[in-house]
Amino acid sequence: MTGKRNVIDTLPRPVVTLLSSLVAVLLALAICGVLLLVTGKDPLAAYRTILETGLTGNKLLEMLKRSTPLMLSASAVAIGFKMNLFNIGVEGQYLFAALIAAEFASRISAPPVLHVLLTLVVASAAGAFWASIAAMLKITRGINEVISTIMLNFISLSVMQWLFDNYMRDDSDGGLRVTTTEIAPSGQVPDIVDGRLNGMWLVALFVVFCYWLIVFRSKFGFRLRSSGLNSTAAQTSGIAANRMIVVAMLLSGAIAGLVAMQSVVGEEYAYGPQATPTGFGFAGIAVALLGRNHPVGIVVAAMLFGFLDSTSAVLQLSGIPNSIVKVIQAVVVITVVIVNEATSRYMNHRTAEQTAAALRADKVGT
Amino acid sequence: MKLTGRARLMVLFAVPVALMSVVRLWSGEDALTSSDTIGASLRLSVPILLAGMAGLWAERCGVLNIGIEGMMIFGTWFGGWGAWQFGPWVGLAFAVVGGMLGGLIHAVATVRFNVDQIISGVVLNLLAFFGVRYMSDLAFVGQPGGGVSQSPPQTSAIPRFDIPVLSGGEVFGWKSPNILLNLEERGWFFLSDLAGILHGLTHNLSWGTVIGVAAVPATFWILWRTRIGLRLRSSGESPVAAETLGVNVIRLRYLGLLVSGGLAGYAGGILAIVASSYYRQGQTAGRGYIGLATMIFGNWRPVGVLGGASLFGYAEGVKLVANDAISTLFLFVALAAVLLVVAAVVNRNTTRGIVTTFVAVVAAYAYLAIDDVPESLTQSLPYFATLVVLATASQRLRPPAMAGIPYRRGESH
Repeated sequence: MTGKRNVIDTLPRPVVTLLSSLVAVLLALAICGVLLLVTGKDPLAAYRTILETGLTGNKLLEMLKRSTPLMLSASAVAIGFKMNLFNIGVEGQYLFAALIAAEFASRISAPPVLHVLLTLVVASAAGAFWASIAAMLKITRGINEVISTIMLNFISLSVMQWLFDNYMRDDSDGGLRVTTTEIAPSGQVPDIVDGRLNGMWLVALFVVFCYWLIVFRSKFGFRLRSSGLNSTAAQTSGIAANRMIVVAMLLSGAIAGLVAMQSVVGEEYAYGPQATPTGFGFAGIAVALLGRNHPVGIVVAAMLFGFLDSTSAVLQLSGIPNSIVKVIQAVVVITVVIVNEATSRYMNHRTAEQTAAALRADKVGT
Repeated sequence: MKLTGRARLMVLFAVPVALMSVVRLWSGEDALTSSDTIGASLRLSVPILLAGMAGLWAERCGVLNIGIEGMMIFGTWFGGWGAWQFGPWVGLAFAVVGGMLGGLIHAVATVRFNVDQIISGVVLNLLAFFGVRYMSDLAFVGQPGGGVSQSPPQTSAIPRFDIPVLSGGEVFGWKSPNILLNLEERGWFFLSDLAGILHGLTHNLSWGTVIGVAAVPATFWILWRTRIGLRLRSSGESPVAAETLGVNVIRLRYLGLLVSGGLAGYAGGILAIVASSYYRQGQTAGRGYIGLATMIFGNWRPVGVLGGASLFGYAEGVKLVANDAISTLFLFVALAAVLLVVAAVVNRNTTRGIVTTFVAVVAAYAYLAIDDVPESLTQSLPYFATLVVLATASQRLRPPAMAGIPYRRGESH
């Protein structure tokens, strides 16, 4: 009110956003440092180990590899976020899709590239199908998608277990393998760097690029974002709310369907309850929040999480429980959402004050 | 014909018991109403019940709580650790404190900083899951029987007791008769079923369970019969109005979330201390989410939550004690639907008549056609039931009006 301007006021909004994310990450590191200190570990040594091991060539490749599923699930979550839909069901969608796609891929025979493409299409379709249940419940019965996708996550797990146990498990070698039948070589995606980075990473990058095209550069994306910003205004200007919900949910589910594909067609060549990684649905929410639903942000945040994950084995060896990297990730997300909230409040306040000041000046002038 | 008050409650309780009795005699599955099944159901219901109560407290004060699972995880860990170090009662107290820690984090994020309540809950679940892993790594690894995913076993347990006279408990060293067990073993229609249910509820009770069940009347009394309860509910229904009347909404939301966390933590403590004798990773097994479902199922009311938790706990109990008996529950549903058809005909409600007839036919067919319900599918019953309730009865559900909407003092005009 005094009209005094501090440094932050002179910076443009994107810079403030970037700075605030940086501050949040540092704050999280500080909080976890205190946690380490309280539990009798040396935080500086821990962070040094993370940096020293993480910044070697092999670990950087591992970081990229680990970022693949995170980028995908974050994009899936972010599409929902962009129109105020909270898809907590990515977890159920991607696991369901992984099972269906792995089973599909093991049953068909097709030429190499086509085989993979068909598998990915089936994965997307399965993910979209599972997401469509929540969309239908929302538009026909008005059920909040947060609740329905949580419930559907569990229903998905039990339906999958039933399908897997009764119809899709590979019992060719007397039940030793707890996976689906292995996918033929034509359906396998080769590594870019042997054993370190799989081709699915490029697919994930491409999907994030498509996310950017669709959400930020298309007419549909404009409608999507305007529905998210102000649904009443969007509806008044002729955007069909229900159709937007269905399409956004289907897109989100379609991207979610690809989350575990790096494992299915690039590593294990099958689906298995133990072999296929779980938890990426929730990690994706964290990455989307950290990346602020922006494609570049998502890629960077996924790499940051991948970087932390890649160092966990070495950390354990040097006497620091590796679960600290997961704790750091969770704390980063908490500080990021809190700092984001505070910054946007401050920035709105600043805009309001500047506008008021400009108006006052205008009045005085006339 | 409209029944009111107590008569209605009596009918609501007696008719299902009578139906269960018919089903039991028809199918010969004595386990349906045996005290073993009911006892197991009670033990399985209590964590769900408390998780539901945790959700109720949070949403009644105006904050959505997706983080119940995380608070329960804190409860299992702190409970398991405390019970291992200092004995079971201290363990339960630690569980409550651990849950409250989760509630506090949720409160600081959502009430103080206005972070989206769903986001905060989701992140809390992540933090709890990995946070306890970190702590296990420090506290349990290297201890005999302990590891990164479980605590060493506890050496003592919360005492259990039987209620005297009814279920043969001891009074000052005198072994009283076990009337209910006696009655249960006769196999009579209705009476024996009733006795089986009551025996299940009155014998081999853990004090931990009893305290847990007491949360229902306590919650009801505090929230609906005291001044602070009225204020707390009003900050979930209309925080602006409450604030204009001098209610400190912020403080009440902190309070509500601390109680919510404490209840969820206690639910976790039950799992680690009463239902088993050590902390194990994944012990909560999604019960926080079932609790959330139960809260919706119970229409944000304590008695409703009790009903939902009993139903889901019973389904789990039958599965645990007598998995074969699961398919006879279809017969129960079919018979219940037939009764509802009759009621619909009497009341001349065509739509309801058609729907219930359909349900009766499907359930009867399912009973005749399915001998063995896959366990993988029965697991999802609570989630499925909640979706069905939301899809069919959402008009009757009445959540707190302002739950989920951040409130900032003085910013609402």
